[in-house]
Amino acid sequence: MRHLLSTQDLSLANAIRILDTAEEMAAVGEREVKKLPALRGRTVVNLFFEDSTRTRISFEAAAKRLSADVINFSAKGSSVSKGESLKDTAQTLEAMSADAVVIRHWASGAPQQLATSGWIDAAVINAGDGTHEHPTQALLDAFTMRRHLAALNGTDSVGSDLTGFRVAIAGDVLHSRVARSNVWLLQTLGAEVTLVAPPTLLPVGVEHWPCKVSYDLDSVLESGMDAIMVLRVQAERMNASFFPSTREYSRRWGLDDARLARLDTLGMTDTIIMHPGPMNRGLEISSSAADSPRSTVLAQVRNGVSVRMAALYLLLSGDLRDPVPVYSPASARRPGPAPRSTNETGGNAR
Amino acid sequence: MTNDPTRGSFLIRGAAVLGKERTDLLLQDGRIADIGAGLDAGSATVIDADGLVALPGMVDPHTHLREPGREDAETVETGSRAAALGGYTAVHAMANSSPVADTAGVVEQVFSLGREAGWVDVRPVGAVTVGLAGQQLAELGAMADSRARVRIFSDDGICVSDPVLMRRALEYVKAFDGVIAQHAQEPRLTEGAQMNEGKVSAVLGLAGWPAVAEESIIARDVLLAQHVGSRLHICHVSTAGSVELIRWAKTRGIKVTAEVTPHHLWLTEELVRSYNPVYKVNPPLRAEEDVLALRAALADGTIDVIGTDHAPHPSEAKDCEWAQAAMGMTGLETALSVVQHTMIESGLLDWEGFARVTSATPARIGRLADQGRPLHAGEPANLVLVDPAARWTVDPQAMATKGRNSPFSGRELPGAVIATFFRGHPTVLDGKLNTPDRSRSTAAAAAGGGK
Repeated sequence: MRHLLSTQDLSLANAIRILDTAEEMAAVGEREVKKLPALRGRTVVNLFFEDSTRTRISFEAAAKRLSADVINFSAKGSSVSKGESLKDTAQTLEAMSADAVVIRHWASGAPQQLATSGWIDAAVINAGDGTHEHPTQALLDAFTMRRHLAALNGTDSVGSDLTGFRVAIAGDVLHSRVARSNVWLLQTLGAEVTLVAPPTLLPVGVEHWPCKVSYDLDSVLESGMDAIMVLRVQAERMNASFFPSTREYSRRWGLDDARLARLDTLGMTDTIIMHPGPMNRGLEISSSAADSPRSTVLAQVRNGVSVRMAALYLLLSGDLRDPVPVYSPASARRPGPAPRSTNETGGNAR
Repeated sequence: MTNDPTRGSFLIRGAAVLGKERTDLLLQDGRIADIGAGLDAGSATVIDADGLVALPGMVDPHTHLREPGREDAETVETGSRAAALGGYTAVHAMANSSPVADTAGVVEQVFSLGREAGWVDVRPVGAVTVGLAGQQLAELGAMADSRARVRIFSDDGICVSDPVLMRRALEYVKAFDGVIAQHAQEPRLTEGAQMNEGKVSAVLGLAGWPAVAEESIIARDVLLAQHVGSRLHICHVSTAGSVELIRWAKTRGIKVTAEVTPHHLWLTEELVRSYNPVYKVNPPLRAEEDVLALRAALADGTIDVIGTDHAPHPSEAKDCEWAQAAMGMTGLETALSVVQHTMIESGLLDWEGFARVTSATPARIGRLADQGRPLHAGEPANLVLVDPAARWTVDPQAMATKGRNSPFSGRELPGAVIATFFRGHPTVLDGKLNTPDRSRSTAAAAAGGGK
């Protein structure tokens, strides 16, 4: 593997490899001197065609903790006002001898084009492309879930997967690169994913995805979930008739106070609440849900740096390019009854 | 004028006409003078056609020549050279040039450029609405009465989505036996659309172009055509559902004809997984079941013709992010081979059927009297010699079109055009461009003292 472009083509062995390496990187973050010399003399370019301060500073922190030189390149351009072309930008970076390019782009597929066009020789990391994928977000989410699971089991998270872990992903799946990357990665890691969304915010073709699909958040919660990932909903979607109003959206698909309380009533004491941020408090998630002890929002941000360090390190050190040892599931497995399925499953959800 | 190449005569020796019995054809004075076994060559140049199939010159109902306005992408000269190499003797030049071909002046300009180039008949398509804006009818009658004698009208690239305007256009062109060629794409259902909507778009995160956006317009327009008793032509049909609607309309006696592109007969949306914009086209590449339905429809006559939708673009229009890339593919120089591969080698069509869908029917739709004629004595000598056993690898750099955006790049294709005769003049010989027919250019008219 030369690049990290999507989680769909990420093997189980490589996924575990990245997550395990991220555990080692997390230990670095707990030291007084949060720095490793691993990538000294290497150049990492953060190439952002779309604003995302959070993701950019996460990658920047990751690269700097590995002692890489970091260049931030903001090449903002939209489909309306064309900026510099991707090709010219790529060739510029090639001339500057970039070793890795972390690319965020509003156009789906731009990282893959960058990696396969022959314009540039650097390793490419997809930091979110259009409505396609956001693989490091999914990896940090999986990392967060894996730690949670290991803590519950009293085991070491290193080497473990997410077999049997039940995850609900609720919100605007249609426009979400986070949802796509999570569906593929969580499936690879053995988790059971249920998407919950208004039918208008699910893509045509979702019935082919390796997950369940429901329109009913309450029944999904009742079926028992170990993690509830809430996706950001943009209020602009309302104007395009994806849903009638933000209030109606909140009532039907928001993780509001009533549903937060339901988790206790249902006895789901260990269920975590996740959000990739930035949150629309009061729309898809209530403030009390976002700030509750169940929330892993800040842990996700923290883990993001570790996961991105791992990805940069493995791609630039070449460890992901070599054949990796055959993965054997660790002994750490979640005990307890087999997870139940939801009432509404995929098939006709359009 | 004894050296005038158009006055030269050619004896084609032993060609299999429509892939059937081998025979000789004598071409003289722009016509097929004689046909039969063992013809005497006399002073004619003999062309050994052993192993070759003789077909009527192909007629493309749907070509983008880009001139005037986008000469960086294609010119009438380069596009019609590509057409000749592809086995065509006539092409219909779509109206979305700049300025738009929505007046008699512009269509006469394109027509004259075609005459000057002399590689094929260039028949302009007139815009249905002024500036392709979908607001008011262009002067359809003036274009019909012009020297270009326009009969096909289309806003191709843009759908005539206003039902009243579409109805009026369909009615109006009856006055001069015209036809409206509809680009069936419901605009609201396809805002920002990037590829076929389905299981691949769901994964790739590209905005979907749903089949229903094409099918709903076709359903509406066949009913309109029935209501007003007009001729309707559907450009580049791409879905299985569209085929069903057209089949239904034809059983009701509605005067609808339909076109399919070579690329929609072969390529599927799976190619988009590469995010390579060479596969970006409108209508988009669809699913395998659509491809199979289109092939079956072309074989059974539900779809009438092959239209290339040849759409050359400069490299920068494709060397960019998928969402920013232009839509369209070149097609003139690969059409014959792709149709041979998809239709003939699959057993769905024979060469006679090939001639029907690539020549006779498109000429009839465009009302081209001298094109698409059978290879009989006395008919205009518009014909092509094909080596069906040839195999070649597509190299866009080696093509005559300026466009390098061939989706078949690197593929090995069957069938090669060995010679193209345009009004008896060899525009292509030995598989290479020969010379254009200048007999109808203004220079020739001046030298010859006019009519």
